[in-house]
Amino acid sequence: MPETKKENHITEVIENVKVSEGVWHITVKAPKLAQAAKPGQFVQVLVEGAGLLLRRPLGIAGADAEQGTVELFYRVLGKGTAKLTGYRAGDSLSILGPLGHGFDTSAGNVLIVGGGMGLAPTKFLAERLEHCEALLGGRNAGELFWTKYYEPATEAMHITTDDGSMGTKGFTVAVLPELLATGKYDRVAVCGPEIMMKKTFEICREQGVPCEVSLEKRMACGLGACLSCNIDSTDGRRLHVCQDGPVFRGEEVFA
Amino acid sequence: MTYDPRLAVDICGIHMNTPIITASGTFGFGEEFADFVDLERLGGVMVKGTTLLPRRGNEGVRIAETPAGMLNCIGLENPGAEVFLKETLPRLKKYNMNVIVNISGSTTEDYGTLAEMLDVDGVAAIELNVSCPNVKEGGIVFGTDPVAASAVVRAAKAHTKKPVILKLSPNVTDIVMMAKAVEEAGADAVSLINTLMGMAIDIRTKKPVLGNITGGLSGPCVKPVALRMVWQVAKAVKIPVLGMGGISTAEDAIEFLLAGASAVVVGTANFVDPSVTMTIADGIAAYLDEQKVAHVNELVGALQA
Ligand SMILES: Cc1cc2nc3c(=O)[nH]c(=O)nc-3n(C[C@H](O)[C@H](O)[C@H](O)COP(=O)(O)OP(=O)(O)OC[C@H]3O[C@@H](n4cnc5c(N)ncnc54)[C@H](O)[C@@H]3O)c2cc1C
Ligand SMILES: Cc1cc2nc3c(=O)[nH]c(=O)nc-3n(C[C@H](O)[C@H](O)[C@H](O)COP(=O)(O)O)c2cc1C
Ligand code: FES
Repeated sequence: MPETKKENHITEVIENVKVSEGVWHITVKAPKLAQAAKPGQFVQVLVEGAGLLLRRPLGIAGADAEQGTVELFYRVLGKGTAKLTGYRAGDSLSILGPLGHGFDTSAGNVLIVGGGMGLAPTKFLAERLEHCEALLGGRNAGELFWTKYYEPATEAMHITTDDGSMGTKGFTVAVLPELLATGKYDRVAVCGPEIMMKKTFEICREQGVPCEVSLEKRMACGLGACLSCNIDSTDGRRLHVCQDGPVFRGEEVFA
Repeated sequence: MTYDPRLAVDICGIHMNTPIITASGTFGFGEEFADFVDLERLGGVMVKGTTLLPRRGNEGVRIAETPAGMLNCIGLENPGAEVFLKETLPRLKKYNMNVIVNISGSTTEDYGTLAEMLDVDGVAAIELNVSCPNVKEGGIVFGTDPVAASAVVRAAKAHTKKPVILKLSPNVTDIVMMAKAVEEAGADAVSLINTLMGMAIDIRTKKPVLGNITGGLSGPCVKPVALRMVWQVAKAVKIPVLGMGGISTAEDAIEFLLAGASAVVVGTANFVDPSVTMTIADGIAAYLDEQKVAHVNELVGALQA
């Protein structure tokens, strides 16, 4: 895969709005980034505020090359993401990217599996794939505000909630085996809590369907230089999520 | 390429296009930053800490942000000297940069062995890391004991013709004494400061944030301490002092030069802005214009105190 040039983009905030409890959606004007971005890649956002230092890694959730815009979703977790909610249209935001390696976007019918903020990067994937379906999981209907973004980008949506307030009651991995058993899918792409990704990979392996997973680790540089984002590969190598990932073939990282 | 001659310096016989070097562990092997930085314009790249054998580094969380700084406990993850020489170094040739190899050993002999292995074309100098606070065996012992640190310098000097830079730890009672000891042992230059030992606790889980419990503090928050130490050491030794600790802007860099550093080293700031070293170089040039100073060397130690 030829690497695109990494760059620091001084972007302009177009819109920054709350879309659900604790989750925000920010759109920025970044024409070159919008051109270069591939689903699964991420950016390092510099949130400025007293005492804040490092950039925050966020998955690219959409890129419109024509409009020159890039979308991100973020959950308000700590100091940086809290500060990010204060950015208004017209403010400038420094964004480094695109970083890392993304999902396979070649032809084929893909089942996207996602939960929580994992649904941000896979939304971009859905938008770039010719044929895909999505299996979305959340604790309750409120968490699945995502459906409005996935609806136009997928051929079918399958939904599970822990409390049964929307779709099937239970976890995504409970529904996954029957979906895969249809034999419709050429591969699976999953992003969500690590336990969900591991389970998803295991079920895919049993059924012989290739599965890509997208990992998260604390990062400083995002460029493969600081070695803070290490993980172990199944064959015992040290990998770095920012450079070797964040998207990996399941068998590379889950035993 | 031709560069502003007013910024060019010579340190231990190494020609540097600017007195701006990047700090070990914060700039990979330099190539990771090729999209952002003209590597040849840098005074040098202090590459990832290298050990005799490959090291996997520490487990668990390796970094944490702190107010205006960060803690790290990477634990010297690196492919080992052999792989560095065979695979990395040849790859770095095309960048035409001064490669300064930062080395760590578990024994005094390790430093000699590494110095000898690295006495090859393509290596500009060797920086002895005797103060990595994240590695259990050794490291810190050499960094806090003037006798042990001097022995390490002698071991390295005996095995290489390259300039040997000793990196001083701030985690000592008297850094001036350490600096004088290693100067006497034959170090060609000293660099300082390495990270300050620190820690962070997650009050929800009541557990340490870092996998290694403690880690090294770096970034803007350490700058005043680093500047003070550079000033004290520069007054006490005749060999060049490479100053670092929290440098993020040209103003920061100029402070270190005025305090007596012959060159500055930029670490953590590279994570925030990967092209920060270029901005710093431009800023120093602008300061020379503004102050009508003919050459950056004139700033070194020009503090009026
Ligand atoms: C490749 C990648 C993609 C990501 N994509 C998204 C996304 O699209 N949407 C989203 O909401 N979140 C995403 N995250 C997680 C997000 O980076 C963290 O939630 C965020 O950095 C927390 O910052 P904070 O300032 O609010 O928290 P603080 O706790 O104040 O952060 C302190 C430090 O810890 C780091 N940190 C804390 N939690 C995490 C974490 N879970 N992962 C990585 N670093 C962390 C921060 O970057 C910062 O350096 C992603 C993480 C990675 C590694
Ligand atoms: C992530 C990280 C890794 C580091 N690794 C090394 C190392 O391998 N060897 C070394 O001598 N210093 C290492 N350091 C210390 C830096 O080289 C530098 O001395 C210190 O960070 C202070 O400078 P700064 O505040 O500009 O970062 C590391 C620092 C950081 C932040
Ligand atoms: S975040 Fe620095 S190496 Fe991955």
